[in-house]
Amino acid sequence: MVWVNAIVQGILLGGLYALFATGLSLAFGVMRFVNLAHGDIAILAAFMALSLTRTLDVNPLVTLLIVVPGAFVVGFALQRLVFDRVVGVDPSFQIVATFGVGVIIQNALLEKYTADTQGLNVGRLETASIKVNDTISIGWLPLITLLCAIGVLGGLAMFIKRTKLGRAFRATSDDPDAARLMGIDVRRVFAVAMALAIATVALAGVLLGARGSFAPFSGPENLIFAFEAVVIGGLGSLWGTLAGGVTLGVAQLIGNQIDPQWGQLAGHLVFLAVLATRPTGMFGKVAIR
Amino acid sequence: MTELLRIESLDVGYGDFQALFGINLDVAEAETVSIIGANGAGKSTLLKAIVGLVPPMRGDILFDGKSIASRPTHRRVTDGIALVPEGRRIFPSLTVEENIVIGGDVGRPGPWNKMKVLDAFPLLAPLLRRSGEGLSGGERQTLAIGRALMANPRLLLLDEVSLGLAPVVVRQVYEAVPVIKAQGTTVLVIEQDVNQALAVADRFYCLLEGRIALSGVPGEVTKEQITEAYFGMSTAQGDH
Amino acid sequence: MRSIKVTRGTTASRIFAVVALAGVAILAAMPSWGEPAMQRKMVELFTLLALAQMWNLLAGFAGVVSVGQQAFMGLGAYAMIFLVNVHGKDLYTSVPIAALIVAVLAVPMGLVAFRLRGSYFAIGTWVLAEVASKVIITRKSLGAGDGVSLKVAGHSVASRQDVTYWLAMGTGIGAILLAYLVLRSRLGLQMQAIRDDEGGARGLGVNVYRTRFVIWVVAAFWTGLAAAPYYLQQLRVQPVGTGGAFSVVLWTAPIIFIVVIGGIGTIEGPVIGAVLYYFLRNRFQDHQTVYLIAMGLVALGVALFLQGGIWGTFRRRFSIDLFPVRRRLVDNGPDR
Repeated sequence: MVWVNAIVQGILLGGLYALFATGLSLAFGVMRFVNLAHGDIAILAAFMALSLTRTLDVNPLVTLLIVVPGAFVVGFALQRLVFDRVVGVDPSFQIVATFGVGVIIQNALLEKYTADTQGLNVGRLETASIKVNDTISIGWLPLITLLCAIGVLGGLAMFIKRTKLGRAFRATSDDPDAARLMGIDVRRVFAVAMALAIATVALAGVLLGARGSFAPFSGPENLIFAFEAVVIGGLGSLWGTLAGGVTLGVAQLIGNQIDPQWGQLAGHLVFLAVLATRPTGMFGKVAIR
Repeated sequence: MTELLRIESLDVGYGDFQALFGINLDVAEAETVSIIGANGAGKSTLLKAIVGLVPPMRGDILFDGKSIASRPTHRRVTDGIALVPEGRRIFPSLTVEENIVIGGDVGRPGPWNKMKVLDAFPLLAPLLRRSGEGLSGGERQTLAIGRALMANPRLLLLDEVSLGLAPVVVRQVYEAVPVIKAQGTTVLVIEQDVNQALAVADRFYCLLEGRIALSGVPGEVTKEQITEAYFGMSTAQGDH
Repeated sequence: MRSIKVTRGTTASRIFAVVALAGVAILAAMPSWGEPAMQRKMVELFTLLALAQMWNLLAGFAGVVSVGQQAFMGLGAYAMIFLVNVHGKDLYTSVPIAALIVAVLAVPMGLVAFRLRGSYFAIGTWVLAEVASKVIITRKSLGAGDGVSLKVAGHSVASRQDVTYWLAMGTGIGAILLAYLVLRSRLGLQMQAIRDDEGGARGLGVNVYRTRFVIWVVAAFWTGLAAAPYYLQQLRVQPVGTGGAFSVVLWTAPIIFIVVIGGIGTIEGPVIGAVLYYFLRNRFQDHQTVYLIAMGLVALGVALFLQGGIWGTFRRRFSIDLFPVRRRLVDNGPDR
């Protein structure tokens, strides 16, 4: 029974990882751009929610109404003002630039909020759960997170498949110059893609803060989980991202059940195994190389 | 006839390599102009410069009297220039139908729409649900032309549409040109196949190593003159 | 017929060689004229220099951008613990052996990491560093998460300090020489060809994968080597936390900033960057976070606007090479 519980909790955790991974997957898919500060931006969002919660004296989840749209705008601006300069050039500078942004965010948070671990207190939601039997309960917060992940991924999938802008996303992802020949403003496509990526990762950050703790240096760890979810699930497939997140979550929690020290390591090992044997991931259309 | 496109003293290069030297040419509205030349003469570079995929080093490009040399590509498409690119560049992630539709997403008014494109290119009709990959050369070329027409361009640029296609397919593709001309569209054709190029053109230019070596009207120029301009040597030197 | 030679040296480089030799001699003699505090600082500087040169070799020349070099620092430190503390080997002979262990471990790590490219490769190296760190934490014999001190009993403090200094100097200055020699070799020519035009290099028969892999292992070896003198001085080795051997903040962030700001893809760049970075860091001892933010902003600015960094920009304007790795054709005029 404890194993079944580990799997259930792993699936729920996977929802959070999938939400983290969505933005990474989207940005890479549309513009071959990987933001090494991806995790740090999620943490920044969590801290923003923290400050808003204190000033406005509301439930942290309410602050999402400000944080998520705000993140969308920030993402758009970030792309236009900063990241546009490193898209399509030597990836070395992409890596260096986004790494630098990450370091700046981490230390800025450290300056403002100190190194203390924080949490977002969402009241009763934090512990409320559905009791399935004596060993298994499904927490409301993790369940909501998983449903958010499914909702976001589903929404994005529909957007990409059915709308004019979604069509432009796919075309730009295939061939940016040919997209320009269709009258598509590729720079605007990039900005919207980044805006969506930042908005989803901000949502993920706040949900992370609600169900666990976070600190200024928590970013990189979440970048790694997002990345592993993308690799395991496979590039080019949004549903693959969900599968990857869930697989990672389950691997970690089963590992944790065997020995708490091995929890995260189990996840890393699954990632390495997938990388070594099947670089396209479970549902990938194209190898990441 | 009013002038639609004018290129003045255009120099274009890639890094250290210069491809075009002082190009001067003009195209009048509703004309069909062909540009011929050997491989590497700079023909594709010229079309890319017109549509904005490569920036000019010197000189200017005027469309409908206005300079477009610094206008981004997608704006030139809104202005009314469409390119059927070398290599066709069909979007593999889109279906055939979506490839056609995306061509029209720019929203320019005009005679071309999905129905009319399928009318003009019936071979595309059964392929609509197919993915953009896995089509034959001729199907891809036809789709690329149809997609470009969806933008209702005033100036259509055709880059080496015969490349890699069997002669019978090439003829089929070129049968579309009169249909396009009938709408009043101005067409600029780049071709390695000299006969095909001269057959559709009102006027032509011949490029040699990045410069205009010859220009004229197809009927009025001799084969020897063309060969000389194309290869850059007099036929009197070769065997008869 | 004109006679044309292929040369490398320039007047500037020859003058520099003389000046550099003198400088090295002075530095080598530091144990006799410098204070211990200064010596300790120099050890830290040499370590950063060694790491920076290796990262530059990887990123600036081989086109391999890793954010996981901290793995090799950590593995080097723990290899020393393994050899000295656990197996009682001699302190100083363990240094090269530890580096060799790191090099051997780098092989499977590289095989996995190189299945990715570009940014995903970079994160992959980060994951590998995390894995290494987490595995070490499970090992009680290596001190687990709390850390352990290197057993240096039997060596006097003074002698250890001097040997550590020379070892550090060896890895630091040695890294510069190693980079220089690699770049002058055929391997170096291949690397630069790959950097300039990967497709073209492949077309000429350069085995891109193997070239990169060799540099990966070389960098891992030298990084592991540089770990030794640092921890011989530090003594306490712990996997994570502020002084953590696998710490990104302690190793990766500084060396990326050093190389990028100093001038990526040049040998002179990391030297300038290391000196500048280290000097400024000591100045802002009490404001480390602000310092890192400032460095981050500068590095970001360089990556966006002035990719050549300090030396790269200087070199482009004045065409001076202190370490001549580029070959020039010298036209000696028509033969008499």
